[in-house]
Amino acid sequence: MSVLIFVELDEGKIKKSSQEAIFYGAKVAGMMGTAATAVVLGEADSAELATAGRFGATKVLHAADPKLNETNGMAYASVVAAAAQQEGAKVIVLAKSSLADAMAARLAGKLKAGLAANVIDLPQLGDSFRVKRSIYTGKAFAETELTADTKILAIKKNTITPEETDATASVEAFSPALNEGDFGLKVTNTEKATGDVLLPEADLVVSAGRGLKGPENWAIVEDLAKALGAATACSKPVSDLDWRPHHEHVGQTGIKVSPNLYIAAGISGAIQHLAGVNSSKVIVVINKDPEAPFFKSADYGIVGDVFEVLPRLTKAVQAL
Amino acid sequence: MKILVCVTSVPDTTTKITFTDNNTKLNKAGVQFITGPYDDYALARAVELKEQTGASVTVLNVGEADAEPVIRKCLAIGADDAIRVNADPVDAYFVAEQIAAIAKENSYDLILMGRESIDYNGGQVHGIVAEMLGIPSISPVMKLDISGTTAKMTREIEGGKEDLEASLPLVLGCQEPIAEWKIPNMRGIMTARTKPLKVVEPSSRETLTQVVSYELPAPRGAVKMIPADQAETLIQLLRTEAKVI
Repeated sequence: MSVLIFVELDEGKIKKSSQEAIFYGAKVAGMMGTAATAVVLGEADSAELATAGRFGATKVLHAADPKLNETNGMAYASVVAAAAQQEGAKVIVLAKSSLADAMAARLAGKLKAGLAANVIDLPQLGDSFRVKRSIYTGKAFAETELTADTKILAIKKNTITPEETDATASVEAFSPALNEGDFGLKVTNTEKATGDVLLPEADLVVSAGRGLKGPENWAIVEDLAKALGAATACSKPVSDLDWRPHHEHVGQTGIKVSPNLYIAAGISGAIQHLAGVNSSKVIVVINKDPEAPFFKSADYGIVGDVFEVLPRLTKAVQAL
Repeated sequence: MKILVCVTSVPDTTTKITFTDNNTKLNKAGVQFITGPYDDYALARAVELKEQTGASVTVLNVGEADAEPVIRKCLAIGADDAIRVNADPVDAYFVAEQIAAIAKENSYDLILMGRESIDYNGGQVHGIVAEMLGIPSISPVMKLDISGTTAKMTREIEGGKEDLEASLPLVLGCQEPIAEWKIPNMRGIMTARTKPLKVVEPSSRETLTQVVSYELPAPRGAVKMIPADQAETLIQLLRTEAKVI
């Protein structure tokens, strides 16, 4: 009857967003008077998995079949469904990501579960099970009742700030029979930036727009991002012009981010761009045009030339 | 090849969202409804495949009668016919059941839709439909080519992309740059008027979630402006006042 948390790894480590999901799941388990169990798929280091305990999981189910090393939403949904069944879990928690989204939708179909995506707060339990989720791309919230027996909560980044203890979780091997039919997709090539901060995971984001005038000028954006330990992002026109790859595009039709800090340089702030960033805790806007609409949605603003302001900010960060 | 494209009718991306009836209903007054931007990419690619391979393209919308202008526009862009399931699309599971029921009757080779609707942003319907049909689902797909019964696709992953191959039938959640949005021409608009648009009643009524009420985010406080020649002050404020670095 535990709360089950789907946990993802990146380069062998539990993702930050998954740590948040574990902490959230453990809180829900506490509210329900039960324990939190994490489930991890693919080969992984047991010592790393035991760190799920620091965020409140008492147990980690580890499905270590090498066939699960390839991230496959279909196969993952089957394994997580088996884990939910074994644990009698009626609440399943995960952090939104491209893999988790694909997995969760299939899981909802399999378990006939009510799924709330972009959950931004702990549930309210009582006569009903209610969560608040972000809708209209961050322009509104919907208090939503989950009426199905099984519930899946896909939490948005920065929903909760994890507190760590020094507890460790017990790691148990989990080996459900894999379904051959789940492996019909063949991955022929993967291109992934390594060593960089993943944009959807980042606490700090430095983003730039057409005001940078060309892809050759991105060094000043990257320098500030590097000094801060931030991810880089861009506006839709920049991605459309191929100055930057599409996986950096934030906005209505790109990635939606909710970092602690979003710095926008040379982005005017069209409503479609705001939709992708409006859940950021603090927004800084740097633009030479004092009339740029983005200033109305910012916490801090600098009217100035990005080619002068960004290097000054980088120096100031380096001097900290 | 038979392609089904599922489309949503959603408020234009520039809409200022407000609610009525004690925050239990979207205030539709003055709101322009459009085809979901992601759905529009799916439709554009379907129409390209039709032009290349002679596929048939059916548009499906789960929505009330006020969604019909959006459906007619999809027909004007190049879909052959349309089906509207006459119901308010209140819940992902409910919508998926309607789509799956129609897909079971007509056995499509490809079911395309946007990666998510821009009203509820759930991004679930493609996965649930595929699960109901027992076929693979892939999302978000940014490139799609078909040769014979094999689909070659590129999917966006965090920090990159992945090339994939799979056999039809498939359910795909689409996003840019799978195709360029298409604008209907006059001939398309004229012929769309007489293309078949079948209205059917929902095959089931079950929902698994229910919105209790809506609310708007609290407005941000006033922006604090920092002179450009004191840009360094910003870093201090982010550290000591906002406490984010």
